[in-house]
Amino acid sequence: MSASDVLIEPTSHGVNILKSAAPILVGIALAVGIQFLLPSTVGPYYSRLVIDAGIAMILAVSLNIVNGMTGQFSIGHAGFMTIGAYTAGSITFYSSLLIWGTAAKHGSFLGSGEWMFVIACLCGGITASIAGFVVGLPSLRLRGDYLAIVTLGFGEILRVLLQQTGKVVDNAEIVRNAPLTTFATVPVGGAIGFDGIPKYTTLFWVYAFLAITVIFAYRLKRSSFGRAMLSVREDEIAAQAMGINTSRQKLLAFITAAFFAGVGGGLLAHESGVIISPKDAGFQRSFDYVIMTVLGGRGSITGVMLAAILLSGLPEVLRDFERYRIIIYAALLIFMMLSRPQGLFGIHEIWDFFPRSWKTLPWKKSPREEAQ
Amino acid sequence: MALLDIENLSVSYGSIRALRGISLKVEPGEIVTLIGGNGAGKSTTLRTISGLLSPQEGQILFEGKPIASKSPHAIAANRLIHVPEGRGIFANLTVEENLRLGAYCRKDTHEIRQDYEHALELFPRVKERLWQLAGTLSGGEQQMVAIARALLARPKLLMLDEPSLGLAPQIVQLIFQVIRKINAGGTTILLVEQNANLALQVAHRAYVLEVGKIEMSGPAAELANSDDIRKAYLGGH
Ligand SMILES: Nc1ncnc2c1ncn2[C@@H]1O[C@H](COP(=O)(O)OP(=O)(O)OP(=O)(O)O)[C@@H](O)[C@H]1O
Ligand SMILES: [Mg+2]
Repeated sequence: MSASDVLIEPTSHGVNILKSAAPILVGIALAVGIQFLLPSTVGPYYSRLVIDAGIAMILAVSLNIVNGMTGQFSIGHAGFMTIGAYTAGSITFYSSLLIWGTAAKHGSFLGSGEWMFVIACLCGGITASIAGFVVGLPSLRLRGDYLAIVTLGFGEILRVLLQQTGKVVDNAEIVRNAPLTTFATVPVGGAIGFDGIPKYTTLFWVYAFLAITVIFAYRLKRSSFGRAMLSVREDEIAAQAMGINTSRQKLLAFITAAFFAGVGGGLLAHESGVIISPKDAGFQRSFDYVIMTVLGGRGSITGVMLAAILLSGLPEVLRDFERYRIIIYAALLIFMMLSRPQGLFGIHEIWDFFPRSWKTLPWKKSPREEAQ
Repeated sequence: MALLDIENLSVSYGSIRALRGISLKVEPGEIVTLIGGNGAGKSTTLRTISGLLSPQEGQILFEGKPIASKSPHAIAANRLIHVPEGRGIFANLTVEENLRLGAYCRKDTHEIRQDYEHALELFPRVKERLWQLAGTLSGGEQQMVAIARALLARPKLLMLDEPSLGLAPQIVQLIFQVIRKINAGGTTILLVEQNANLALQVAHRAYVLEVGKIEMSGPAAELANSDDIRKAYLGGH
């Protein structure tokens, strides 16, 4: 086989996530395993940390599509997450009230309540991606710091708007009898946050959505469409010279990243012990995700996942120093930038560091070896 | 009909007038070279043709159709391919990924593969480095990748901006040999060069650009023998 045989399967410009269902099935099987084995072995406290890490990974991997792959600098990712959280939370809360008369959890594993929750999370993703489109528009004209300021402003504006919303109405009768006057106040809790959302988020759903997010991101990166995003990061002018519509590529990066952020927000909104509130849209949370992508490496999916695990666990380790969290983050970031500016994995994935013999089955040569 | 026909083109950067009404033609199958000193406006001309700059005045016809108001990616999709000054390599992608991106606009898998093999035949050194990050290649190798990548778009008109820039004489020779071969294979080339000597050797026709104006034009061999050109660009003997 010559070198040329490995190149160029048909250039489809889409991302064919269903190219083979196997990875998704494996991911879902893993999620089932985590759901049924983890809580009984490590207990509820650590299970909750694993849920948090899973949501953080969804957020970081999705932000990585914009910041790492396409080379734009968005620091408003928590804004998209919050839009998803509020959308999904209002859907389950008010639909449950209207259908079952109470906002409490309905049904058990894979029961009707859980399916409502899944649909709500997807709707959260869709509203977030619409916001992603709107926020992505300036990215066509602005770059670097200017774009960062616009995305930051988006999160802050959203935070302020959410503070102006009305009280949660948890009385099914009122909602049924006067739906228009109820919903006109946007009853999602104002400054104190949206309390009472049914707590559907489980290890299974978090890790099932994470599997889909990661597989999508990976397929994207290896597709012609994702390569076009990478080329925008590398050299916009040269990308245009290859016939790549860089504006479209940037916008689509924002839209897809926002979608997964919105889904992650839906999961967060339904996590027990969490009350989503306007401050979730603000700068601090966005900054956490930016740190994860910077720490993980530009465009490295596995690097960003590792960074998300480390950073979402860090506050627990530093529990007694909660006040100093931001200082410690900042110090860590400065240390990282000095010692390893390309991030943990740089542009590589974790398996790039394995010895080659691990990666290929003994009877099957990698295309790379055959080419050489 | 000329493949590329530029009429009275004027381009400014803010108040700086970089091109002052230039006209030039490229016929199918030709190598045309645009030579001139630093700041003459050579790169500006190519950037305007490929849609990165929009002209104040004048028109650009490619295959008889005006392209002056189109976006760069649409122009590239018409197989008018620009290898920019400084090569524009995707440094953190592998050489192979760079080449794949060259064929981004195409769907004709079979022909892409032919072009890929052909490009690697022209540049065996690129073939040896397919899996290396393009940013780790030497300058000469990067120029080869840039040209090979452009070939994967199967250009009707290939515009090269100073392919000899910063390269050792042997590599420059090699690149110019390949430019000849590419042209012999039927690809029309518009070559921008400061190295007038070399450019006039490979080109069929030449235009001399001076501060935004075409000062002279004609068959390359004629210009190479003209006293003015020899004095100004070929080291004066
Ligand atoms: N982005 C820019 N902004 C302002 N002026 C510019 C810009 N790019 C080029 N110019 C000016 O336009 C003129 C033509 O520049 P151009 O790059 O086309 O020259 P060139 O012939 O390619 O020169 P060289 O051989 O040095 O590459 C120069 O006077 C230059 O200073
Ligand atoms: Mg130039």
